[in-house]
Amino acid sequence: MKLSFKFTKRNVIVGILMLFLIVFAIIQIYPLIWLVLFSFKNNAEIYNGNIMGLPEKFLWSNYQKALTDGKVWLYTLNSALVTGVAIIVSGVVGVMASYAIARMKWKLSNVTMIVFLLGIMIPIHSALLPIYKMLEKFHLRDTPIALILPYIAYALPMCIFVCVGFLKSIPKEMEESAFLDGCSIYRSFLSIILPLIKPAVATVSIFTYLQAWNELMFATTFIDSTKYKTLPVGIMSMSGQYSTEWGPIGAGLVIATIPTILIYIFMSNQVQASLTNGAVKG
Amino acid sequence: MDKVLRDKKAICVFVLPAFVFFFAMVILPIFMSGYYSLLDWNGMSKGVFIWFDNYINLFTSYNNAFAKSIGNSLVLAGLSVFIQLPISLTLALILARGIKGEKFFRTVYFVPVIISTVVIGQLWSKLYHYDYGIVSSFLRMLGLDHLVLDWLGDTRSALICVFIVIVWQYIGYHMLLMYSSAKSIPDELYEAAKIDGASELRAAFKITIPLMKPILNVCVTYAIVGSLKTFDLIYVLTGGGPLKSTEVPSTLMYTTIFFKNQFGYGSAMAIFIVIECLLLTVVVQKIFKSESYL
Repeated sequence: MKLSFKFTKRNVIVGILMLFLIVFAIIQIYPLIWLVLFSFKNNAEIYNGNIMGLPEKFLWSNYQKALTDGKVWLYTLNSALVTGVAIIVSGVVGVMASYAIARMKWKLSNVTMIVFLLGIMIPIHSALLPIYKMLEKFHLRDTPIALILPYIAYALPMCIFVCVGFLKSIPKEMEESAFLDGCSIYRSFLSIILPLIKPAVATVSIFTYLQAWNELMFATTFIDSTKYKTLPVGIMSMSGQYSTEWGPIGAGLVIATIPTILIYIFMSNQVQASLTNGAVKG
Repeated sequence: MDKVLRDKKAICVFVLPAFVFFFAMVILPIFMSGYYSLLDWNGMSKGVFIWFDNYINLFTSYNNAFAKSIGNSLVLAGLSVFIQLPISLTLALILARGIKGEKFFRTVYFVPVIISTVVIGQLWSKLYHYDYGIVSSFLRMLGLDHLVLDWLGDTRSALICVFIVIVWQYIGYHMLLMYSSAKSIPDELYEAAKIDGASELRAAFKITIPLMKPILNVCVTYAIVGSLKTFDLIYVLTGGGPLKSTEVPSTLMYTTIFFKNQFGYGSAMAIFIVIECLLLTVVVQKIFKSESYL
């Protein structure tokens, strides 16, 4: 192996650019590493000046405390329930609507598409109070349904956008020959379209997951009871509970982030695509 | 076959479920908000119809709180466009020209984007902690004790400290958008430029950036609209305080509705935010279009 590095102009420039990239990588990632470090420490260690370094002893008890005493386990389950139902229902009804918009022939199909797409642009602020009032009227406020309903609705525009685009890009021949053989529209949807559309649904599901898992404004407004709180709101109450004890708070924050990081590690390309494809095509 | 695809009943079966959710939770609420915004209403008694008084009050009320909150959100928009986007653009351009660790850096920069803003907020409130936060510790290490502030609790620093977090979180998002766009520019163009003796830097300014215009348009729009409706991080970090110094329209709307029970007045703020976002989207489009001959 040859280890000859020459100070050519090009090498120096590449070196400087590399340094720039590394500095920003540290800026973007260091706070999160710092979080993991202090989630294992106790107050004595932090107050005695070991703020940035490795913990003397890894205190797993912080995690135990956050999960049970700090109720992070409960909040995680609630988030999983709300997010899971939102992903499944919005996926199913979204794919159905996409099929009718992309494939079937009716006058209002373009208008319907545009109406759904407008939903991507509209800030949720204007919906907050009206939904709050509706939920109260139907006695659904402060139940998991209060979050599931809006999360489904606000996941639909992106789902339909992605799925219609996907359906338009795949050939129609298979369905056409199926229809000629007397196959019904429902049958063709179930046995031809559903298997084909899986990749698009995967992208959309990740998007819906990120929205629902991280959502704060609806969650903090529609839920009061501890037993129904999702992670974003739950974590806020937990850090109030431990306000001076950094370890358990850090542990709670790490736990809330683990599912997202796992998804990101295994599917980083799909995660990146799910958040950017609305912008690239739209 | 055409008959199968024109089957009205089937169309209803496919579209109605999605439409019902969407209508009830997205469309209907906008109109309800529009109606609420014309009422003097505390949520308990029956509202009184007062036409556009709420909107007039937004800008004539005695403490000017709403105008100030809009000012704050515009500062954030400015920071996003003139600080965040140039950083993202630089990172994207370097990465797109192929450098060692391209994928690694891309993956790392994107991490803050996918993490919950509540987690980010809690984390940064620790980073900004007066006694034990990294910012304070770092300054003390350098012997600059006199510069240490109660970052989020001091009206002098709170606003900028909160905004730094928001800018920090989404650098990777814009970087990725710009990166994919820069990556899609064919190599032949660069080769031709190289033969003509253009430097990489010149090529970036004369070829890459002009061809990235559509995505820059999207990024500027997102940065501005995102700033105008920002809520989560401010709610978590300062709740609009201290002394309302970090109030933005959405946090003010939230307290007006749910703490002061001024449902009509708060709804006017909500509608104003929606209109403001749509308007600025159109303005940004216009600006980018008018510059297309430069």
